[in-house]
Amino acid sequence: MEPLSNKRKLIESKPLNFLERAYLPAILSGLAITMKHFFRKPVTISYPEEKREFSENFRGMHSLKRDEDGKERCTACGLCALSCPAEAITMIAAERQHGEEHLYREEKYAAVYEINMLRCIFCGLCEEACPKEAIYLDGDIVPADYLRKDFIYGKDKLVEAPLNQ
Amino acid sequence: MGLADIIIKFILIVIIFAISLVIAMYSTYAERKVAAFFQDRIGPNRAGPWGILQPLADGGKMFLKEEIIPTNASMFLFIVGPSLAILTACIGSAVIPWGQKLTIGSHVVDLQVTDINVGILYIFGVVSLGVYGVMIGGWASNNKYSLLGAIRAASQNISYEISMGLSIIALLLVTGTLSLRQIAEQQTGWHWNVVYQPLGFLIFIICAFAETNRTPFDLPECETELVGGYHTEYSSMKLGFYLFAEYINMFISSAVMATLYFGGYNMPFMHHFGFSENLVTILGVVFLFIKIFAFIFFFMWVRWTIPRFRYDQLMDLGWKILIPLSIANIVITGIVITLLK
Repeated sequence: MEPLSNKRKLIESKPLNFLERAYLPAILSGLAITMKHFFRKPVTISYPEEKREFSENFRGMHSLKRDEDGKERCTACGLCALSCPAEAITMIAAERQHGEEHLYREEKYAAVYEINMLRCIFCGLCEEACPKEAIYLDGDIVPADYLRKDFIYGKDKLVEAPLNQ
Repeated sequence: MGLADIIIKFILIVIIFAISLVIAMYSTYAERKVAAFFQDRIGPNRAGPWGILQPLADGGKMFLKEEIIPTNASMFLFIVGPSLAILTACIGSAVIPWGQKLTIGSHVVDLQVTDINVGILYIFGVVSLGVYGVMIGGWASNNKYSLLGAIRAASQNISYEISMGLSIIALLLVTGTLSLRQIAEQQTGWHWNVVYQPLGFLIFIICAFAETNRTPFDLPECETELVGGYHTEYSSMKLGFYLFAEYINMFISSAVMATLYFGGYNMPFMHHFGFSENLVTILGVVFLFIKIFAFIFFFMWVRWTIPRFRYDQLMDLGWKILIPLSIANIVITGIVITLLK
């Protein structure tokens, strides 16, 4: 049959000559190869002490952003929850009261904002959906924990630290 | 033999016993470190600085593990197996000359537990006994994998003991003595036996790999086919004894190889610097241990380089290649010695 691609490679299977059958030269060259590796720098990254650098578009833990005056940007529009394919985001909206203008940028804000980190697939669609540039997946890897309920992150863990701190 | 001599011998025995146990212990650590370096990794580094307390942690774990004796196992033999394995591994060191004579005050201490005139035969006998530990343990487990591993171990050891013995016979033609002390004494300076018996040494080292069940001849504990081989059913320190015996065997066979073929405690020009007798002796012990460590490293180096033999290849190599080769070696050695006389 005509070859369909040019990847075909003819394999020669000659009987082994004496040196090859003696097996020792092959062992010696193998030993030389492993010896080369013996002096090579280890590729291991000792994890807790040193961390591998993330790539630029790495998507880690979410953070809810503040604007330049330190007000929360999120207006609880719900587009992130709507766009979330894993249905990991829930929120409860509330109206901004008098005297809270320094806390929230718009008249409506998220009183409760929860992300279930066990459901989240870190796809970044919430980030893309957000019209207020309020949510970004720019954090670290989500740390391990013991209980499922502890993986539901509320605003205490998600909102950025205030500016003056 | 006076009381002082007996006490000195006793101390010597305890020291050698302790050294071989410590070396076996740290061989496990060294093996993991060496394996890591060969694979571009770091290896154990959590227990203590550079992980040097790792063997203690391993040992502690072994002792604290639950001890399981299978219901259908033969209880007595199940315990005898690992005991025999570690016993035969430990008594091999009795005839190895660790150094020349050390003079402390008026006492002359011979750095060898006992210089029997059939030292090589003793080592050979002990090594052959070692397979009983594996065989009994594997059979007593009442498990097909253990039994297969034990049968493999037995047939492998028997096959390779023949060519090992034949390669030693060629060595004996050269040395003319069976005493390890005299063989070591004959190799002062550069008169190492490996120069006169290169083929014999090659056969011997291959057989040593097979006798200690190290890769590429580790079929008795071949994980891919036999779960754990002969120690599949073992747990706790009984498993530890099997693993430990392997490393002691490696240490002893390295010592035997260093003594038989690489001059033992001799080093070129050792007597030309005008050091005192005791210093020369101590240097000799250091040299011997350097050689032993080199051999242990070689064992590990080979382990992380060569894949395991298939069972029929193993038997082919043993019966069809090594035995004819070693017989040819004897014949050639005999002819050469006769012509030179």
